[in-house]
Amino acid sequence: MKKIASKLLMAVMAVSLLAVPAFAETIKIGAILAVTGGASFLGGPEARSLEMMVEEINANGGVNGNKIELIIKDSAASPEKAISFAKQLIEEEKVLAIIGPSTSGETMKIKNICQQAKTPLISCGAAEVIVNPVASYVFKTPQKDSFAVKKIFMEMNKLGISKIAVLAGNTGFGKAGKSQLLKLAPEFGIDVVEVEVYDKKSNDLSAVVAKIKANKDVQAVINWSIVPAQAIVAKNMRQAGWDVPLFQSHGFGNIKYVEAAGAATEGIIFPAGRLLIAESLLDDHPQKALLMAYKKNYEAKFNEPASTFGGHAYDAITILAAAIAVGGNDREKVRDAIENLKNFPGTGGIFSFSAEDHNGLDIDAFQMMTVKDGKFVAYTGK
Amino acid sequence: MTTELFIQYLMAGITYGSIYAIVAIGFNIIYNTTGIINFAQGEFVMFGGMIAISLLQYMPLPLAIALSVAITMLLGALIEICFIRWLKSPSVLRMIIITIGVSIISREVAVHIWGESIRSLPYFVGNEISSIPVFGARISPQVLWVVAASGLMVISLGIFFKTTSVGREMRACASNRKAATLCGINTQNMVTLSFVLSAGIGALAGCVMSPITYSQYDMGTGLAIKGFTVAILGGLGSSGGAVAAGLLLGIIEAFSVSVVPLAFQDAISIAILLIILFVRPQGLFGSKEAAGLSEV
Repeated sequence: MKKIASKLLMAVMAVSLLAVPAFAETIKIGAILAVTGGASFLGGPEARSLEMMVEEINANGGVNGNKIELIIKDSAASPEKAISFAKQLIEEEKVLAIIGPSTSGETMKIKNICQQAKTPLISCGAAEVIVNPVASYVFKTPQKDSFAVKKIFMEMNKLGISKIAVLAGNTGFGKAGKSQLLKLAPEFGIDVVEVEVYDKKSNDLSAVVAKIKANKDVQAVINWSIVPAQAIVAKNMRQAGWDVPLFQSHGFGNIKYVEAAGAATEGIIFPAGRLLIAESLLDDHPQKALLMAYKKNYEAKFNEPASTFGGHAYDAITILAAAIAVGGNDREKVRDAIENLKNFPGTGGIFSFSAEDHNGLDIDAFQMMTVKDGKFVAYTGK
Repeated sequence: MTTELFIQYLMAGITYGSIYAIVAIGFNIIYNTTGIINFAQGEFVMFGGMIAISLLQYMPLPLAIALSVAITMLLGALIEICFIRWLKSPSVLRMIIITIGVSIISREVAVHIWGESIRSLPYFVGNEISSIPVFGARISPQVLWVVAASGLMVISLGIFFKTTSVGREMRACASNRKAATLCGINTQNMVTLSFVLSAGIGALAGCVMSPITYSQYDMGTGLAIKGFTVAILGGLGSSGGAVAAGLLLGIIEAFSVSVVPLAFQDAISIAILLIILFVRPQGLFGSKEAAGLSEV
């Protein structure tokens, strides 16, 4: 009896030894994120979101039984590092796909590298040039900046604002936003009367606020940046006793800025993904359940508020996982699968990719928001 | 230009200027005793602000600031003891490279402790939107704290170096290290003390400016560059020069906004630095030898 039992055990063990490598494989996914450096407020939450999601996917048995191995490289927002990491991930690690980089500037540097190596790239950068013109292997999850600009101008038309001042940080994001603002303003009958660009390291902007305040024509200010200066602009404007409406870009979607600038951020109007106001969405909204789950898990795990930036990485990994479920561990099939994803809810909006549209979001992915009593709420007009 | 706008620019300039001046004074104190530029000076400012912000959860604001300054002073001493003191007749270049290394390590340590997010101390008086009218212009009450703190630091440093025996020993060490040693002054301790002092000054600056400029792990580099510019402009080693040069640079930067785009603000300050270096290499207020607090 004992002998039979031990033989049986050995047989089971032998079978399981054979079976495991035959069915499950490890799928390598690379990520290039600015975890440290000037864009760390993007890369930090992005890296943490990826780690959390990969852990969750693997805990639930992986994708079709295959575990995912995540390799995160910290580019510190340096395009040079992004290039060498991209090559390393593709040639040495032989990853299936790459998520990131965090910034638009880095993404543009590795766009061609990934295209030539036929490795799917899902960028977390915001600029429209990443997917326009389309490169067949390059996708991005954040909403296009032109949609943010249009959303703001539509709101201004409603409020009867026609003469504005534009402030922008001298980052890739700020420059791209400024040129979109200047390009699209005439379409909406809006006159940009003052334009100022400030250094991303600026720590006091009271002089420039004084300058644009002196122009009595200015009815509203749009500030376009992703740096702490966007909280400083708000403070300096309110300290100067200037109470015209202040619009910000979707880069303002981080509650830390509101905490940092406190009372000065009350009434700021900006477009952003719905993650920030997940609680107040109707229960039947297609994004509600996943937004609430992401927010709850992220905040419980990392003890910091979830931001839309982390959401971009969440979208990238869930889109990729959905594509792997269809295409398996094959770069080309995964690429095809992403392109065929339709009505896929994410934190940034409802994604519907196509051969022409590698962002998959429309203008409704943005919701105008404002700050009320230190919290983000949907903006409902005056 | 209206008076209101003029005052507004002037006050903005004085705010920037005071901050630059404090950082420059930190450079000067260490320069005077060792002849080196401590490029980790900006990190003292960062540590001061960050530590105070962390301590604020456990104690009232004044205590948090005092303790943060004390801790940063201790850090300054540690840095000197670990990295500078044991060197036998080090060259100036070697010590400067060491301070650059210390600055990089400090930033990495800070990003691991506090993360990459921006933080700030609360306004000492009022809040983010309160302002005081000055001749029609409006300034934040915190600006007055910054100006007062820098003024106080300059005056008390002056008194310290002129009247106390430790201060005099530090000056002796500055003007001739060998002679000071012969007179029985422990020059090594004086060097440590200079690191402690400049760390303390930097930390206090980091606390008073935090509500205005925010604190972030990598704020030190930018500050160090501006502070260094001001220290050179005012003449290395001269505290009075640092204050004058700091205010001058701050005010020029603020007013430059009215004529050229904001993006050129830094270009203007660097251009001024270059002109000064060509025309008066010893700085605006420095002596030819450009050394010694005895010159203050």
